Amino acid sequence: MAAFAFYLFAGLLLTSGLMVITTRNPVHSVLWLILAFFNAAGLFILLGAEFLAMLLVIVYVGAVAVLFLFVVMMLDIDFKALQRGALKNLPLGLAVSGVILAEILLVAMGWQPGQGVIVHEALAGPPEGMTNTQWIGSQLYTRYFFVFSMSGLLLLASMIGAIVLTHRRRIGNRRQDIGAQVARTPAGTLGVGKAGLGQGVEL
Amino acid sequence: MTYTGWFVEQFGQGPGWFLANLTLILAIAFPVMVGVALAVYADRKIWAAMQMRRGPNVVGPFGLLQTFADAAKLFLKETIIPTGASTGVFLLAPMISFTLALVVWAVMPFDAGLVLADLNVGLLYVFAVSSMGVYGIIMSGWASNSKYAFLGGLRSAAQMVSYEVSMGFILVSVMMYAQSLNLSDIVMSQKGNVLGILNGNIFNPLLFPMGIMFFITALAETNRPPFDLPEAEAELVAGYQVEYSSMSFALFFLGEYANILFMCALIPTLFLGGWLPPLDWAPLYLIPGFVWFLVKMAFMFFVFAWVKATVPRYRYDQLMRLGWKVFLPLSLFWVILVSGWLIFTGHFVAAPGAL
Repeated sequence: MAAFAFYLFAGLLLTSGLMVITTRNPVHSVLWLILAFFNAAGLFILLGAEFLAMLLVIVYVGAVAVLFLFVVMMLDIDFKALQRGALKNLPLGLAVSGVILAEILLVAMGWQPGQGVIVHEALAGPPEGMTNTQWIGSQLYTRYFFVFSMSGLLLLASMIGAIVLTHRRRIGNRRQDIGAQVARTPAGTLGVGKAGLGQGVEL
Repeated sequence: MTYTGWFVEQFGQGPGWFLANLTLILAIAFPVMVGVALAVYADRKIWAAMQMRRGPNVVGPFGLLQTFADAAKLFLKETIIPTGASTGVFLLAPMISFTLALVVWAVMPFDAGLVLADLNVGLLYVFAVSSMGVYGIIMSGWASNSKYAFLGGLRSAAQMVSYEVSMGFILVSVMMYAQSLNLSDIVMSQKGNVLGILNGNIFNPLLFPMGIMFFITALAETNRPPFDLPEAEAELVAGYQVEYSSMSFALFFLGEYANILFMCALIPTLFLGGWLPPLDWAPLYLIPGFVWFLVKMAFMFFVFAWVKATVPRYRYDQLMRLGWKVFLPLSLFWVILVSGWLIFTGHFVAAPGAL
């Protein structure tokens, strides 16, 4: 049963990964990517890491991919124009990918286990009487606190960067002041004027 | 012998387990669907009563069969697929909406031990599935190839992502009190949790504002008025559903109401003490927990309908302001406040893995 589930999730994961790069429509690509995330979460569940699986679905499927989809749906891409230049750049692309492949192969061949710097010894599974989630929490906020806060700081820095880069004050548009709107009372805005015959009201 | 155990004995390990779970899933999905039909009827009757109308009263006794008649009408109509639509995505979208709305019920505890999947991470599961719910809408909006549908899809994507953030923080503060993500444990942690006599997080002064905010967020998550901007019929015709007809529309409609019913069940589970009676007093436990659960669910559904009948729709920028500038800072601050209070009172001393 578990083997069947593994091959199902893994097969779907690889297929959808392949579909991401082969489909012509970018929106369909993102949808395949979402399926890939989802199957990766399935693999996490098979490993007994249900907390990570749920986080993967919440963060990647529920938030990141929605924003991807949001952006991609708004784009107006001309595929004919994109494909026209593809053949011209093919030799360069092949050269770059060939170099990267050679490097990966060199590293993979030359690497021997047990010679790296040990940052932390590997942890055994969760101790008795503790759920997966409690174990991750108790390790992440004690043992790996500095690594955790460093990655948090990185995210904060990138968030500030994104806001600074995209934030601009538009000139010439009138911003709403919600406080001022809420504070309006009939006394400040309504007045009863008496219109004389053939005269109208002075405002 | 357990229910699953009997099936395993009769049909062997694999098929028995499969059959047992299949029947259990049907035993949840079928009542949910009937509940949805009755909820639509109740919804219409409540609005009618609030607007001094009669509401549906022709089909069946008191008009009870009105929803079934509507469903039969939708069944018999033709499914129209627009020429410019992206057919696969167009057909997939209502299925996703409907499936997700049913799948989320798997972790809901209806009574002590009466739950299909007693997950350790039940609350996260609910959060994950509800965050995926946006796909049905956004995909239908895009695939319809119509500007009203597209605007509806974009609106709903922005709205649901915004409100999920503060919803997550509210769930965190509930979770810290219960020290668990399991929905059954969350309910049991509310047994006599306030002054030793009241059952329910809502009676806790620190969680009361969270309960109110969760209710408002649930309205926004389920696209209920006053936050029904994705389908705002006055501006967008019907938003993302505009190109859908027949069964594909019915799937959206059923999924939407199944989601609303789920929220009406989730709020009692998290804040009103689930299947527990409101007072921790022995005679009240004579009434079965399932009945308490249904009563609380019906009460929440009445409040949902009440809001729809009385509150006008928000303007879109006000909706975004409420989500990002009011709820997000407030719920974040409240998580810090609650965790500070819990550390101060030594709530986590006995927790596994505590220092």
